[in-house]
Amino acid sequence: MEIIKIIFKNLFRHPLRNTLTMLGIAIAVSAFGLLATVLTSWDAGMEAASVDRLITRQAISFIFPLPLSYRDKVAHTEGVQEICALNWFGGVYKDPKNFFPRMACEPETIFDVYPEYQITKNELETFKKERNACVVGESIAQQFGFKVGDVMQVEGDIFPGTWDFKICAIYKRRDKNTDGTQMFFNWQYLNERLLQESPDRANEIGWIVSKLKPGANAATVSEAIDSQFRNSPAETKSETERAFNQSFVSAYGAIFTAIRAMSYIIVIIILFVLGNTMIMSARERTREFAMLKTLGFSGMQLSWFIAGEAIVMSLLGSVVGTVLLFGMVYVVGELVPKQFFPIFFVAKSTIITAALSAIVVGLLASIQPIVRTRKMKIVDGLRFIG
Amino acid sequence: MQIPYMYIVKNFYARRLSASITVALVGLVVFAFAVVLMMAHGVQKALVATGSQENAIMVRKGASNEISSIIERESARNLEALPGIAKGADGKPLVSAEVATVINLEKIGGGMSNISVRGVGAETFQLRKGINLKEGRMFNFGARELVVGSAVPKRFSGANIGDKIKFSGDDWTIVGIMDCGGSAFDSELWADCEQLMQANNRSAYSSVTFRFTSRQDLENMKATMATDPRLNKMEIEIEQDFFEKQSEALSTFLKILGLVITIISSVGAMIGAMITMYSSVANRTSEIGTLRALGFRRSSIMVSFLSESLLLSLLGGGIGIFFASFMQFFSISTINFSTFSDLSFSFALSPAIVISALVFAAAMGIFGGFLPAFGASRMKIIDSLRAM
Repeated sequence: MEIIKIIFKNLFRHPLRNTLTMLGIAIAVSAFGLLATVLTSWDAGMEAASVDRLITRQAISFIFPLPLSYRDKVAHTEGVQEICALNWFGGVYKDPKNFFPRMACEPETIFDVYPEYQITKNELETFKKERNACVVGESIAQQFGFKVGDVMQVEGDIFPGTWDFKICAIYKRRDKNTDGTQMFFNWQYLNERLLQESPDRANEIGWIVSKLKPGANAATVSEAIDSQFRNSPAETKSETERAFNQSFVSAYGAIFTAIRAMSYIIVIIILFVLGNTMIMSARERTREFAMLKTLGFSGMQLSWFIAGEAIVMSLLGSVVGTVLLFGMVYVVGELVPKQFFPIFFVAKSTIITAALSAIVVGLLASIQPIVRTRKMKIVDGLRFIG
Repeated sequence: MQIPYMYIVKNFYARRLSASITVALVGLVVFAFAVVLMMAHGVQKALVATGSQENAIMVRKGASNEISSIIERESARNLEALPGIAKGADGKPLVSAEVATVINLEKIGGGMSNISVRGVGAETFQLRKGINLKEGRMFNFGARELVVGSAVPKRFSGANIGDKIKFSGDDWTIVGIMDCGGSAFDSELWADCEQLMQANNRSAYSSVTFRFTSRQDLENMKATMATDPRLNKMEIEIEQDFFEKQSEALSTFLKILGLVITIISSVGAMIGAMITMYSSVANRTSEIGTLRALGFRRSSIMVSFLSESLLLSLLGGGIGIFFASFMQFFSISTINFSTFSDLSFSFALSPAIVISALVFAAAMGIFGGFLPAFGASRMKIIDSLRAM
């Protein structure tokens, strides 16, 4: 107990320096947490991806369409409960910067396949009935101020022309990690116009999302789907939504690596700030430590004075830093367009990592002062004048 | 009167551990700052190198990349008929109608990424300078053959000469590797445009690139196109500007993320410098009193301590840039948000990055050192002399 008392007394001997150190640690911890939050938010998107939905697309790549006839073949595959065919529409809403996913879908099934996007029964009926109706996510509605009844005019690029979509519903997100930035409209609206304007591009679908029957094996069903189209001009590749997302993680690899490297640099910064302070404190107390040694305090006890002070400071710093982090994440979430981080919140793992690294950094920062104090001869210590 | 610089330098030596920690602190932050800017600059540099100021590209209005642009054969022919297009040595207009698409390939080390496939016409090699065959031979027009950019075999498996890539219902053989001077073409696969269109059963191009005779002629072409109902759905732009725009999203993302993080961590480093300077002042209280008693002014004391902190931080900044400059030997690849395909680029240092990193370091030193230096200059002679 006495040790704890002494640690706290020591903490207040240099209020300015120790407050600054704590603040330095707090700020660095918040930066560290911000990076970790960027990474966990991306991961959260991955976690949100379902393992009981399959995505079937052309094997070459996503941008090659599938013939419409594939739709029914996939729907009748053993193990498939419900399917929805989608098309990437793209286009420009007012300015190319206003990017959010816009997709043609089948209103009859889209909300069965994606139960995490929630709209009311009445809204769904309107969506099914009105040809040019569309549904937008709540995050995107908030960002652009969309209301039910508004008309969104999109200039097509992949599908040339000017397209008017009437917003008939704003979908709510079921979970914290559900993406609220998508826009869906009726595939028929797209196809009817293509039949008139460029018939050779009509009757095509981008990809098919299938919801598996309970208990169905994803690998077996994927194989059953793909084998139907093997050696055809448009071979397919089916995989679970999560596997599909994960296969692209390596594509962004360099950015992830850069972010990780930066967070290591920040930990080293924290270590240096705290280490610097601890070295100074121990140096100033050289004579005092010599005196304590004379009185019979063991090297172990002196080590705990130093390490304890360092750990308390870094823990306090990381608590303040975590509080700051919540503020920053809120501000970033408000300022940065939702499309960059559809999901953005502080994960528990971030807080735990911050606290654990505070303890480790506290220990590391006290190594040099501890070694110096323990090796010091009492006579030299007493003679020390700084 | 000024306090001799040797006094400052000697003081570093007296407190070398603390001083080197501060230098390292600033160095680390500056290193991170510079590396992030080098990444963003590298992306931009690669895409600027992709286009030329002498060429223009036609895409569908509103399309920011080639894969989302559709140009019917007729529109391409209409453009070719306009005055203002330069002619090559053989008297043919320098026009290359191209088709761009994206396929998936396995990355070395696992996982998939998108890679651009470009179908080009015969005039391409006259239009675009700086594309040289490094190994193997050029693809034959009329054959299902591919030439890959020099960055592709390094990043993707099964993308070397002799390998076959299966897409669009056929096997395509890689017959050569081309060096495109670090541009985005180095991350692409090239094939005969007509073959690619046939295989994909498509009748429209993605873009048309051409050499124009003069800027004035280009402006005239734009004016003609605006009133021509066959061409008013298209737009033309200088090729280099078009590609440079594709770097914006990714480089802005890298810059913002990097700047937010380095600015926050720089506050941490500043506080570190402040701690060092405060203790530097506290340990020399009686020295300060002596200096003042000798007749040095308050301002000289302030300048002396500020220069000490500035020197520490500039030293740190220099070390940070020194190590960052070695990053230029590395190149990395990631998906470019604007084209949905893999882009390989090198970290690129520029004078602007060096200057801003040094200014950044100096700012850390000045802000970190100001309060301690101010405190030192305000000390009363009597009190400070009594401090021992």
